[in-house]
Amino acid sequence: MSEVLERPMTPIATAKPLVKVRDLSVRFVSRDSTMHAVNGVDLDLAAGEVLCILGESGSGKSVTLRALMKLLPKTARVLGQIEVAGRDVQAMNERQLQDFRGSDVAMIFQEPMTALDPVFTIGQQIAETVVRHEGVSRAAGMARALELLELVQIPSAKRRLAAYPHELSGGLRQRAMIAVALACKPKLLLADEPTTALDATVQIQVLLLLRKLQEQLGMGVIFVTHDLGVAGEIADRVAVMYAGRVVEEGPVGAMMRGPLHPYPRGLLGATVHGGMRGQRLTTIPGAPPSLETLPTACSFAPRCAEAEPACLAGVPAPRSPVPGRSARCIRVADAS
Amino acid sequence: MLLLSGLKKHFPIRGGLFGATVATVRAVDGVSFAVRKGETLGIVGESGCGKSTTARLLMRLMDPDAGRMVFDGEGVGQDAQTGGITLKEYRRQVQMVFQDSYASLNPRLPIEESIAFAPKVHGVAPSEARARAHELLAAVGLAPATFARRYPHELSGGQRQRVNIARALALQPRLILLDEPVSALDKSVEAQVLNLLVDLKAKFGLTYVFISHDLNVVQYISDRVLVMYLGQVVEQGPVEAIYERPAHPYTRALLASRPSMDPESRRTEPPLTGDPPNPINPPSGCRFRTRCPFAEGICAEREPVHSDLGAGHEAACHMAEPGSGHSQAGRLAA
Repeated sequence: MSEVLERPMTPIATAKPLVKVRDLSVRFVSRDSTMHAVNGVDLDLAAGEVLCILGESGSGKSVTLRALMKLLPKTARVLGQIEVAGRDVQAMNERQLQDFRGSDVAMIFQEPMTALDPVFTIGQQIAETVVRHEGVSRAAGMARALELLELVQIPSAKRRLAAYPHELSGGLRQRAMIAVALACKPKLLLADEPTTALDATVQIQVLLLLRKLQEQLGMGVIFVTHDLGVAGEIADRVAVMYAGRVVEEGPVGAMMRGPLHPYPRGLLGATVHGGMRGQRLTTIPGAPPSLETLPTACSFAPRCAEAEPACLAGVPAPRSPVPGRSARCIRVADAS
Repeated sequence: MLLLSGLKKHFPIRGGLFGATVATVRAVDGVSFAVRKGETLGIVGESGCGKSTTARLLMRLMDPDAGRMVFDGEGVGQDAQTGGITLKEYRRQVQMVFQDSYASLNPRLPIEESIAFAPKVHGVAPSEARARAHELLAAVGLAPATFARRYPHELSGGQRQRVNIARALALQPRLILLDEPVSALDKSVEAQVLNLLVDLKAKFGLTYVFISHDLNVVQYISDRVLVMYLGQVVEQGPVEAIYERPAHPYTRALLASRPSMDPESRRTEPPLTGDPPNPINPPSGCRFRTRCPFAEGICAEREPVHSDLGAGHEAACHMAEPGSGHSQAGRLAA
């Protein structure tokens, strides 16, 4: 465990990044309104690193994740540069995407029951991926499927190969989906709240499994969650999103101990944990802004206790008080 | 205030040629507990442990197969001649807030009408009911002038949950059953609603039964806590006892499963393996034995009884019962 923490927190400068996102913006345009879901996100991920995107509903975290795999619907206008494993995702055509998805990048979802196909057995679904991407025989695909089920610690794996998704419990289903995602040893695993629907005792099992697999296989992982505790268990670095922008980014330990931006600070204060009995919870007043118009100032200013007129002058640029950490707040000192 | 004893609810699964009962889901299997006046009783457990079925039985949205409910010394659902309280009167005293704030409001009614609906059913004049709805909206922090005529889809999740709370208060109940009231809300909104619940409890002198899977929230809000596993209560007691001196191995594992929030003290091994078993065929004896690290022969043979650990703290575990036959029996006894 300590290895994870002692790993240098900013390996971006040395290694070639696995993911490089610059000025990503996503708009959903319909006849009567435009939703500015993501408004200028920059992200970097080194190979073998775990980044958690933390945010509340509507912050744009899942949209950002889907853009990395070009999974957004046709109504989405995606602008900006997205590079994954050295390939320009935006420029890929449908055929290239089919190769790219599964072998370079794989995704796991919150609800395994809807992500897995109900009419095929678990074994068939894993084998299909292997056969499609590696051109091996069905028998070899099935053999790989068995290995993968053992890798994700599904008990009596051989019997479970022939099971349909509805025959498995929630925790096993989530493990099966992880097995499908890992079938072709992706370099990057995208995880969209994969443990939110699970029970507490099962959630911790799946989190620990994901962390172990990530270390074993040396994958990069981008993990979307709204749960600070989950981020604390799995992340190397955290990017906090609010109203379609990354408002703070940095190593998980430093962020948990002392967030720079008032929003994550409020979030930490509002998260109930042991030892708060009888105390009044600090809350963030109000609600996140509607994203029908593009925010032209700090989006958090209307809810921020420390807001001043200067906050409304424009969108704050990221400021970095220490190397490896940054926040979009004008009150944060900038050392660089 | 409310006493439940030996409550059972089994759901038959029908199948086969003639629709015979092929199996039974023992959703709630012999649950007894008391809700004391003025307290907040937290109920925690994983999915399938029967906490929501217990809530529905408490509210009498379904009838129990066995067991008795006594409210203020009167049997619930009996008529007055046999010393009971009718369901209509019971439901005036006991109200419920559900998890899904949208599904539990009528989408075609402005929220003031939703709140005024129940008082009208109970014979309050429409104008008076509406006036009371406005007062309640103000009490839950929604300005009546702005919100009274809005429809549920025009509100955010947190605002809708406030409306649900206002509606539950409309009949001036004494007990409110909150079934995962903050689980669907974002963290910053969750804190607002929890603060509101604490305020309302003090203002109206309410008693809460608070059901949640979130151990931190239950710890924050509850005076006493009930831990359920596969349709049974495995441990109950004052909140400090449950969180600081958990006796049942399941409670201990549940508490240890909470993410740490501290990246420096990450766990390496999960406290429990596997998922909760299916409540259709629960294990014999102690239902937790299949996942319990301390399970022994006795645990499969005999169902553990609730052992008293002092100060209202009790656990259903052979290790807590002196002379139960478990090699560590009595280790936890008071």
